[in-house]
Amino acid sequence: MTASPDGSKDTMQGIPVSPGIIVGKAHLVDRSTVNILYQYLIDEKQVAGEVERFENAIRSTEEQIRILKSRVPEHVKEHSFILDSHLMILKDSMLRDSTIRRIEEEKINAEWALKKSFHEIRKIFAQIDDEYISNRIQDVESVSERILRNLSGETVENLAEIRERVIIVAHDLSPADTTELNISKVMGFITDVGGQTSHTAIMAQALEIPAVVGLESATARIADRDLLIVDGSTGEVIINPDDADIIRYQEKQLQHEKYKSSIARISHLPAETPDGYRITIKANIEFLEEVAAVRDHGAEGIGLYRTEFLYLRSKVLPTEEELFHDYKEVAEIMNPDPVTIRTLDLGGDKFASHIEIAHEMNPAMGLRAIRLCLKEPALFRTQLRAILRASTFGHVQLMFPMISGVQEVIEAKQILAGIKAELDSEEIVYDENIQVGVMIEIPSAVTISDLLTGHVDFFSIGTNDLIQYALAIDRVNEHVAYMYQPFHPAILRMIRQVVEEGKKAGIKVSLCGEMAGDPLCIPILLALGLDELSLNARSIPLVKTIVRAIPLEQARYDFEQVLQLNTAMEVRDYLLKRMKKMIPELGEKGFFPS
Amino acid sequence: MIPGDLNMEKTKVLKISNNLGLHARAAGKIVALANQYESKLFLKKDKDEVDGSSILSILTLSCPKGTEVKVKIVGEDSEAFMESLTELFSNKFGEEP
Repeated sequence: MTASPDGSKDTMQGIPVSPGIIVGKAHLVDRSTVNILYQYLIDEKQVAGEVERFENAIRSTEEQIRILKSRVPEHVKEHSFILDSHLMILKDSMLRDSTIRRIEEEKINAEWALKKSFHEIRKIFAQIDDEYISNRIQDVESVSERILRNLSGETVENLAEIRERVIIVAHDLSPADTTELNISKVMGFITDVGGQTSHTAIMAQALEIPAVVGLESATARIADRDLLIVDGSTGEVIINPDDADIIRYQEKQLQHEKYKSSIARISHLPAETPDGYRITIKANIEFLEEVAAVRDHGAEGIGLYRTEFLYLRSKVLPTEEELFHDYKEVAEIMNPDPVTIRTLDLGGDKFASHIEIAHEMNPAMGLRAIRLCLKEPALFRTQLRAILRASTFGHVQLMFPMISGVQEVIEAKQILAGIKAELDSEEIVYDENIQVGVMIEIPSAVTISDLLTGHVDFFSIGTNDLIQYALAIDRVNEHVAYMYQPFHPAILRMIRQVVEEGKKAGIKVSLCGEMAGDPLCIPILLALGLDELSLNARSIPLVKTIVRAIPLEQARYDFEQVLQLNTAMEVRDYLLKRMKKMIPELGEKGFFPS
Repeated sequence: MIPGDLNMEKTKVLKISNNLGLHARAAGKIVALANQYESKLFLKKDKDEVDGSSILSILTLSCPKGTEVKVKIVGEDSEAFMESLTELFSNKFGEEP
């Protein structure tokens, strides 16, 4: 499948989504086949054959694990115990015998039977108080996955087995792929598809490693092990660079790193303009593990905790306990700073294999987020219970995504009230005054923001989706990604309207989304009078640097000028020119787009 | 073997004395031992009794340090098995000096 393994130099231009420069070897992930789990009934005559097929898969798995074990180097032999326990799990009666019994009694195929056995074990393990032991379910999952692969006869690229530091080259990376990655071995990502807000982008930003997406033909033009230079600030990718390129980029990388560490030192200072205007800066997170970085980068809380990860991590739904422990930990670590937990925003580009969702032509506008939660109340209730229970361990706020009108807020709050009553009767404590807000990311919500203020405690403008819906741009479609324009006059006016309605009603308005971390947007966001910005932790030092350099009065003047402009391009050019003049050192160090 | 023959069945209460408790590695050692004998091993904590040849079942007992486990071994080589098992427990599963 690789088209140009001739070693000749080639350059490509994609969408830069996570800054930094890297020089390294390509690791091509060829994932053209989709892994579908077939479930079907079998008849009496097929039972013996199906059991044999399962036993064969167990044998192949055993062989593979033994080979893996033999490859463990002598000095770390100590760690090969994990593989011994995998061999034991493979033949454990709870997994093997129960799967065979299911094939025989329920007359279902081996994959289905195995999945059910795993599900059962998972349920039992979830009840174990000892976290170390209950986490062993991951080993059971890993063994089950191996058996499943052998059953389907598919050899899937194992991202966990990457051994040297590489640049991952893929068509696209799913959340499941990235959880499997051995992160310490990944220098950066480049993908054919995706935009500013794709999972790859968010993941790379969280890990602070460079990434370029939307390259269209990266997997076709790059051969495995090709030498690459990836510039995550400009979107440039050089395949098989010459020595001069490498020297030039290493110099650029050094400059970038130097400046980054110099601004990191100011990250603990408040985001206050020279004329004394203060804005709150919080962080967006996706995993519990990011919380440490949030504090290090000087965030004053978590403005957006995306909760999808626990749902995407495995093929079964997380339990209330799992969710509760996760939320509780985030709340405790951040306490007394607030943590805004956004309820499930599944659907769209994030696919959950365990929720039966029909194939949708237009998933971004389909059954997702609050719509899915209102349709599947059990799913929603589990999460709300977990959030409420966690609310006494810190300062927790609750936020519903994808609100299109008042009706959804009323319904969601009714369910919430029901759960509060339920917890009361169970004598479980929670924060009775928990603040409830909504994401403003659908144009209709902007238009009726005055009506919404009466039902919520705060607004959070989600610009990633708002831009997509308002401009009718599929943000993961690389052919129209160029039309994804935060500076479109329509977007600026929408944000202004929401802030004004929030101020009138006396509720707080924050903005989360890529715009909050875009250096050129900062003067506009200051002038608009937003109470809070929530962004990726790694961008906080840069944003604070900018806020601390621009007087509010100046920002207001610039915003007035911007409102006179007709196109996104004009707005962007104006702001770029102004910013380069106001903070020249940032321009010189490559922090503004060219 | 005669069912109910008392010589075939050995019971004993053993205490978990390693710091980590009966975690995956220790449970794995029990299973590995169980695989060397013909006799069947059962472990009981409170009211729950599990198959001692299943690492997952042992883990579900969730035994921290200090837990007393009722051990039952049934089969012809139960005596030898019990001896090795007792040693494994008192050795703290080979984890601590």
